[in-house]
Amino acid sequence: MLVYFLRRLALTVPTFIALMFVTFVAIRLVPGDPVEVRVGEHGISPERLVYFRHQLGLDLPVWQQFLDYCWRLVHGDFGVSLSTQTKVLTEFFTLFPATIELSLCAMLFAIAIGVPAGAVAAVKRGSVFDQGLMTISLFGYSMPIFWWGLLLIMFVSVQLEWLPVSGRIDLINYYFDQPTGFMLIDTLLSGESGAFLDAVRHLILPAIVLGTVPLGVIARMTRSSMLEVLSEDYVRTARAKGLSPFRVIGVHALRNALLPVVTVIGLSVSSLLAGAVLTETIFSWPGVGHWLIESISRRDYPALQGGVMLVSTVVIGVNLVVDLIYGAINPRIRHGR
Amino acid sequence: MKSLVFASLGLAALLAGMPAATAKTLVYCSEGSPENFTPAINTTGTSFDAARPVYNRLTEFKRGTTEVVPGLAESWDVADGGKTITFHLRKGVKFHTVKDFTPTRNFDADDVLFSINRQWKEDSPYNKVSGGKYDYFNDMDMPSLLDSVTKTDDYTVVVKLKEPNVAILANFAMDFMAIGSAEYADFLLKKGTPEQFDQAPVGTGPFSFVAYQKDSVIRYKANKDYFGEKALVDDLVFAITPDATARYAKLKAGECHVNGYPRPADIAEMEKDASLKVIHAPGLNIAYWAFNNTKPPFDKKEVRQALSMAIDRDAIIKDVYLGAGVKAKTLIPPTMWSQDDKIADTPYDPEKAKAMLAAAGVKTPLDIDLWYQPVQRPYNPNGKRIGEMMQADLAKIGVNAKLVTFEWGEYRKRLQNAEDDTGQMGWTGDNGDPDNFFFLLGCPDGKPAGNNIPKWCNAEFNDLLAKARTIPDQAERAKLYARMQEIEHDDEPELLIAHSIVFEASRANVVGYKQSPLGTHAFEGVDVK
Repeated sequence: MLVYFLRRLALTVPTFIALMFVTFVAIRLVPGDPVEVRVGEHGISPERLVYFRHQLGLDLPVWQQFLDYCWRLVHGDFGVSLSTQTKVLTEFFTLFPATIELSLCAMLFAIAIGVPAGAVAAVKRGSVFDQGLMTISLFGYSMPIFWWGLLLIMFVSVQLEWLPVSGRIDLINYYFDQPTGFMLIDTLLSGESGAFLDAVRHLILPAIVLGTVPLGVIARMTRSSMLEVLSEDYVRTARAKGLSPFRVIGVHALRNALLPVVTVIGLSVSSLLAGAVLTETIFSWPGVGHWLIESISRRDYPALQGGVMLVSTVVIGVNLVVDLIYGAINPRIRHGR
Repeated sequence: MKSLVFASLGLAALLAGMPAATAKTLVYCSEGSPENFTPAINTTGTSFDAARPVYNRLTEFKRGTTEVVPGLAESWDVADGGKTITFHLRKGVKFHTVKDFTPTRNFDADDVLFSINRQWKEDSPYNKVSGGKYDYFNDMDMPSLLDSVTKTDDYTVVVKLKEPNVAILANFAMDFMAIGSAEYADFLLKKGTPEQFDQAPVGTGPFSFVAYQKDSVIRYKANKDYFGEKALVDDLVFAITPDATARYAKLKAGECHVNGYPRPADIAEMEKDASLKVIHAPGLNIAYWAFNNTKPPFDKKEVRQALSMAIDRDAIIKDVYLGAGVKAKTLIPPTMWSQDDKIADTPYDPEKAKAMLAAAGVKTPLDIDLWYQPVQRPYNPNGKRIGEMMQADLAKIGVNAKLVTFEWGEYRKRLQNAEDDTGQMGWTGDNGDPDNFFFLLGCPDGKPAGNNIPKWCNAEFNDLLAKARTIPDQAERAKLYARMQEIEHDDEPELLIAHSIVFEASRANVVGYKQSPLGTHAFEGVDVK
């Protein structure tokens, strides 16, 4: 197991190097640098342009800038945001809890609905439920997040007035310290009556929007995996032994069918974080997704590079953990067979 | 179905858990996070809006206008033909008390000197703090205008200029000239956290800063000791809502009271909604099509006039601005003092344009380059589309316009260096003073890298521009500006296209909110009924 872990860990090193390089180069291919992008109709004098480019090290050859960046990174220095002059790490960890909270709730929503729905569809293969679910999941999978989010806001928040439009908490009625950055926890710690429920109400729509794509994937994966398992001999044996349908499906079939679903959930983390970029923008959710988009438009190189690296670390880390879990529960993978 | 019922019941239960508000709060749906809270080191309207509730300046713009009125300076004298300005400071003005800092003294001349010197003098201990880019201070030419800034006593500051410029009084009302607390700056310097000055601001303004959560919320509370127009609410909240559709939805749902940046496409629907109010005014901006006056045949006045007459600006305003623009007659927007409404509009007359081209000796077909703006600007919603419409109009008089563009920085630089034949450009006013628009056609800015894009230089116009800077009396200045508008109109160095219309929306129960021609958002004197 240790060898397997080390092998997997070693594989992440080239991934990180490639990521560092791609992020570094990609943002520099976008026209306009951090100095020029601030300039409006006034223009900027050539002297000031040279001065500020020099100050930011943008006058050095790109390869040298890259090596400097790598050197700082291995020392844990992610730099300072050019637009806010705050440390990139500080900004990231201020915003990341909101993204984690949203992503976790979205994933919970996707799993809580996707797994049972996929299992039922497999058991009732060919039924109206099965066909309906597959159509809906395909719809969910291909849904443009931006459109879906706005549609829900217009219908649920504006027309029905059931849930708030955006944000994490009612800003008029609640104001308290947020030591953890996780609103659900902070509302409980605050002791303010009604704050926790208000935070939940604010979470519902963004979690549904962000969880819709993984929901479609998980439901379809669970269904196809269940169909495969249900045709296995041991399921027939379990039925022949006279076990109740609930035990056959819930214990014998579903547990085994969930193996590939676990992998899909791990892979979904990256799509969740990608989806968070849009969801956070629509719902004014103060997470890293919106921050990264802003960093691109401001050509805030340190914030963008650092942010992408940190988000990638999380994605790679989660996938590593999933691999390890998978390896732990499936010895064939652990032994490379 | 059952689950839907349960969900509805659950939601009703959640709704019932909401507490009642006690303090009166005004929520402004802002469009983004500020870079920080010191306007001197910022360039975006978003950042200026976030700092404005906290700070005052020596002079102020009267809310909803571009009129310069007393601020922290209760009066001033102009002497030496506009070269010396003596500010008499207001006494008894208190700085805000914040979490980590309680001021021990009131505002005085040291705070003025600190705030200006931070931007001006490299030996100021704060000059390099938070990046040290003072874009506006430089953009407004303050280093070349200022000769000295000194105090004669605690409540008198004397500003000496290198050359007469009464328009500088408007510069002192701009956000970058916000006056911070020198005592707070010293306190933070000793504490070893000078950058906190820009993150937790201490000012004298109508609201004091309470808290900021990036991409989420900025909180302020009313300053009960404020010397000016008081805040009528207890708390001011900026709910940061970057998406325009979400801002509209929040306004509709009553989650915010004012939306500073509605989408023009939503205006018609907003106006039908009785629970909302929409206000609009022409923005302090101008979009124009500049002819390169240094290149033939654009060096001929008749050619410029002919090309101008060929363009159907009404169609551009209808199709590209979607009605959210007014045809420009002069460089000066109609909301600004000195605009001369008597100036005749350039007519759309392709037939006459064709004849004028022929009379000027220009053979058609004539091939020209038409540079269009590659990015959306406040005064130009779609440079390419405007370019295409102009191209079609010009084709009708035998002019083949080739559309050209570059990346925005490169585009601006090349235009400023007169590499074009003709090109779109525009301007957003900084300080509401006509000089801030007319300098765009002054001879000094006609040099390479200058902002006079047509590179037009008219001696009479330029003399009047310089003379107007020496006259403190507004009515007298207006006479000179009227003459300058006539000269400009007669010589047509550029075709003035449009001033965009700026919309803002609020809940119907918001009273006292005034739209600023400067595009700023201020909330003192605003109430929620």
